[in-house]
Amino acid sequence: MTGKRALLTGVHFMNGDIACAEGAIAAGCRFFAGYPITPATEIAEYLSERMPEFGGIYIQMEDEIASIAAVIGASYAGLKAMTATSGPGFSLMQENIGLAVMTETPCVIVDIMRGGPSTGQPTLPGQQDVMQAKWGSHGDYGIIALSPSSVQEMFDLTVEAFNLSEIYRLPVLLMGDEIVGHMWEKVVIPPASKFKIVSRKRPHVTPDKYAPFMPGDDLVPPMACFGEGYHFHATGLTHDEHGYPKTQSSEVQTRLVRRLCEKVSKNADKIVRVEEVMLDDADVVVVAYGIVARSALSAVRKAREAGIKAGLLRLITLWPFPEEHVAKAAEKAEKIVVPEMNCGQITREVERVAKTTPVAFLSKLGEEPHTPMEILELIRRNA
Amino acid sequence: MTQETAHPFMKYLRQAMMPHIWCPGCGNGIVLNCFVHALDELHKDLDKLAVVSGIGCIGRAAGYLNADSFHTTHGRAVAFATGVKLANPELDVVIISGDGDLFAIGGNHFIHAARRNIGIKVICVNNFNYGMTGGQQGPTTPLEAFTTTTPYGNIEPPFNLVHLAAASGATYVARWTTLHVRKLTQSFKRMLQKEGFCFVEVVSPCPEIFGRRNKLRTGLEMMDLFKRASVIENFSDPSKAVISAEKIVVGEFVNIEKISYERMLHEKISHINEKRMDW
Repeated sequence: MTGKRALLTGVHFMNGDIACAEGAIAAGCRFFAGYPITPATEIAEYLSERMPEFGGIYIQMEDEIASIAAVIGASYAGLKAMTATSGPGFSLMQENIGLAVMTETPCVIVDIMRGGPSTGQPTLPGQQDVMQAKWGSHGDYGIIALSPSSVQEMFDLTVEAFNLSEIYRLPVLLMGDEIVGHMWEKVVIPPASKFKIVSRKRPHVTPDKYAPFMPGDDLVPPMACFGEGYHFHATGLTHDEHGYPKTQSSEVQTRLVRRLCEKVSKNADKIVRVEEVMLDDADVVVVAYGIVARSALSAVRKAREAGIKAGLLRLITLWPFPEEHVAKAAEKAEKIVVPEMNCGQITREVERVAKTTPVAFLSKLGEEPHTPMEILELIRRNA
Repeated sequence: MTQETAHPFMKYLRQAMMPHIWCPGCGNGIVLNCFVHALDELHKDLDKLAVVSGIGCIGRAAGYLNADSFHTTHGRAVAFATGVKLANPELDVVIISGDGDLFAIGGNHFIHAARRNIGIKVICVNNFNYGMTGGQQGPTTPLEAFTTTTPYGNIEPPFNLVHLAAASGATYVARWTTLHVRKLTQSFKRMLQKEGFCFVEVVSPCPEIFGRRNKLRTGLEMMDLFKRASVIENFSDPSKAVISAEKIVVGEFVNIEKISYERMLHEKISHINEKRMDW
């Protein structure tokens, strides 16, 4: 390999958007379609230069609706595909995220969250799209959403997002924020041989026997691609295992929608990742994610120095919600505190799972994330 | 003695999806038939054909064809097909969809795909209204026509689709009615052999939903109108290609050679990597 086309390895200083773009290339992504939007634009800019070096496709579409539609098309034509956006574009993508769910399309959607609603605060961080990530498209479905809290994780979790999308045949959402997107930090990229790269399960039957939506034991159907001679049909309509529309059948609708939910919920133990810091004896547990978890970690350490038994449960996976981990922490703890850059979105999930353990919430909107001192104060008040 | 009576073109159709959902007198079957004829006459490899459609009556056509096919969300067929064509330029990517899908909710994607000259082939079946939802006004509904949402007559001027396609940069643009089956098949064949973005509009009867509110109660009456009003004006100015009760201008309007987006892109990628190899 000559020139710049080798995969990046070693120690680098880069921002989160670029780390995400490099993670996509390392994961085997060879199609990117997007539309400029702050604070995610650097992902597109960087991939417009980098993608051709790997023979991959970069295209700027006419809007975010087109971007996600093109991504679904490219995935069906056999490429690993991604788009990146922020709140307004994420809203525009919702209908086709549902199409990707319904047609079981492996793809990755990066949302570098800013303040909303509407145009909101383009250059400031937010965590206001996390419930939209779960419920944004109409209908019931399972989804996977990951929450990076460092530039390193912008790289690592992008790779993981591709792997999960290929394993479970669904769109995986990488929910970054303006700070993890724009912040510059050290990133360590291992050599390609050390990566676990997963590709979609392929059919092992002749085309006449292929049913494109017949699931295996893992509830995931093997995927053929366009141009391989399988002559299969996919539709956003309710469909049977052959991909044929069955819009009047409650049996088919029930079977399909249940499976779309259960292929995530029943595999949750394999999907969910959290980081647990000093939880064993913690009286006060901080549940945090994304950039806020960085302040939370600092606050927990300061609380320990002050003799308060505090711990941190950092959610790396937001959806499926890490119910078991939160429930376990809630059982032991006296109190749970949740700092979030929204009006209390993940807090409600924590309350739902924590049952009788009291949950305190600290909202922060419209500026920098919570400082460690603000979270320390929250811990103190609840100790 | 029983005889095999399978239609010779049955191999192009998904028998499991039959019967189709289309009304008596609808033109969709004619369009599908002409398209299949074009495939057959060109000996097209069905393994390399991807058919994409949006939402609407004709949107079901993708599912009826025995090729790889995808039925997208409303209006997004062109954007989806763009991804397919760029990811695998060897595929013949054909969109068969309706006027509302392609030019109202999907209008933006259409003009940008034409501007880029992406090598996808778009067949628009124009039935002047939203048939599947029961006959509402759409972007091609003629002035003063009655629909379920223009009970006093339509006051919105319709799009001239061939003018729009030509102005947006398409390399091949034609319009026929479902009466012109040979010309239509010929246009489908030309389109399938061309590089770049191609567009064929098919003016098609919708007697059940559109016609009966507009004194064209049967398929025959609509076809009779097409016969009386159609005038072939090949390579005339598409901006003057009117569709009215008196005159329907049909023909080929554009047939030019222009490098496609995907060829330009892949040549660029090769060039970049050759240059990098020299370092």
